Amino acid sequence: MTVAIVGAAETTELGKIPGMSQIQLHADAALNTLADAGLKAKDIDGVATAGESPVNVAHYLGIAPRWVDGSSVGGCSFMLHVRHAAAAIEAGYADTVLVTHGESGRSGVGRGGGGGGGGSLLAQFEGPYGSMGPTTMFTIGVLRYMKQYGMTHEQLAMVAVVQREWAGMNPRASYRDPITVDDVLNSRMIAYPFHLLECCLVTDGGGALILTSAERAADFPNKPVYILGSGESVETPMVSQMKDLTSSQAFRIAGGEAMRSARINHGDVDHMMVYDAFAHLPIWGLEDLGFCARGEAPGFIEDGNTRPGGALPLNTNGGGLSYMHSGMYGMYALQESVRQMRGTAPAQVPGAAVSLCLGVGGMFAASGCIVMGNELP
Amino acid sequence: MADSLGKRPRPLPRPTPETRHFWDGTKAGELRLQRCNDCGHVYLPPRPLCPACSSRNVDVFTASGKGKLLSYVINHRPHPSFDGPYAIAVVELDEGPTMLSNIVDCDQTPDALVLDMPLEVTFEDNGDIAIPLFRPRESQS
Ligand SMILES: [Zn+2]
Repeated sequence: MTVAIVGAAETTELGKIPGMSQIQLHADAALNTLADAGLKAKDIDGVATAGESPVNVAHYLGIAPRWVDGSSVGGCSFMLHVRHAAAAIEAGYADTVLVTHGESGRSGVGRGGGGGGGGSLLAQFEGPYGSMGPTTMFTIGVLRYMKQYGMTHEQLAMVAVVQREWAGMNPRASYRDPITVDDVLNSRMIAYPFHLLECCLVTDGGGALILTSAERAADFPNKPVYILGSGESVETPMVSQMKDLTSSQAFRIAGGEAMRSARINHGDVDHMMVYDAFAHLPIWGLEDLGFCARGEAPGFIEDGNTRPGGALPLNTNGGGLSYMHSGMYGMYALQESVRQMRGTAPAQVPGAAVSLCLGVGGMFAASGCIVMGNELP
Repeated sequence: MADSLGKRPRPLPRPTPETRHFWDGTKAGELRLQRCNDCGHVYLPPRPLCPACSSRNVDVFTASGKGKLLSYVINHRPHPSFDGPYAIAVVELDEGPTMLSNIVDCDQTPDALVLDMPLEVTFEDNGDIAIPLFRPRESQS
């Protein structure tokens, strides 16, 4: 397959542009390029950028991508983006990729400023309201979910209880002692309705992976774990701007793409990991990926389906709630999927052949999903 | 809101050219949104392009300032600008967009903060910047 550039343009002005923030420079260049190609943002399904996060660019322009590249390695980042985009298009990960650059290098308008005070949209429209980061922002949609679907505080607590059961089987888990729903609900209130035991740990650690071709994989000492499928997406840098507080668009796109590309159905998944920075994440993941109908994941977990011996073992290392959480937990979820596929997990799921691993970035800002298997597809 | 504020002022936004109309509006006691002249989409946060159809043909208008309580958390951890516990809320405006805010003139408790309760905007003066906050309103008003 040959990949071509079909649109190209710069910002309307160049030089000194004090009337535009950095994100708007990206957008101005993007709109001119879309016009050059005769496209609208809705026609774009892949976004690559550096300097600004691809989350910011996609949300600002109104793009729901199924492929993103935020590779940021300095001035040549955009060459890399073009290369990645070509590979992505050849692989079928995206059909129409937009690569943007914008930099208020001289005027310094709207650069930086994350949580509190500053010119970014996040700083302007979420920073002033006393956000404490993930504990108050990741969690803010849960009361809406409770009202919409009738989830109880006890059912939310049950997520932590079940994951502690898995952690109890794992000698490397930070917390291993069994807990009850009452223990969870009596733990310190962090951000109502979230108690301490419904929030992830804060620990130190690391992890790494090595990948090679399937042909070479047999030459290595351990049982190969094959990548059967994958997906990715971004939604919004601001949780208040989620299209639906009770569902992650990034989960739906990334998870759907991963399952489609792996050519699997829900019944094929033997083992599942959902990045659990907070107790509601597995509920969002199970529903957004279609393992449960809307509103039914709390009951699914309460009924024991995700616990040891259940139909869909989930977060079998104990998860971010009990195993460990260094800040960027996704690597640990991947490590547990690999262990399960190798058959070497402390809480091994007997006969597991397909593992789905769903990660989150930011506060429902982004998602990546990997389907692994221990047999050649 | 002043009496519920802690020792330090809340972190204040630094407007950009694309958001200036919003912050000029709050200073003037107005909640200003944008509407696309091509597809009618109403949106926040401000930007001179429609995120629904990519049009640059958008206008600023003054919103009703009315909305409802979509969801919230009550933060129990210490924050330098707040005397806790305090609620951080997502408000759904009558015109459609959602925005983060605080709820004032209301106990910061689950009993007092009832989802879908009608709200109206109010503005907290911070010198050059006024921050839009929301307070309960009678549903018939
Ligand atoms: Zn429009």
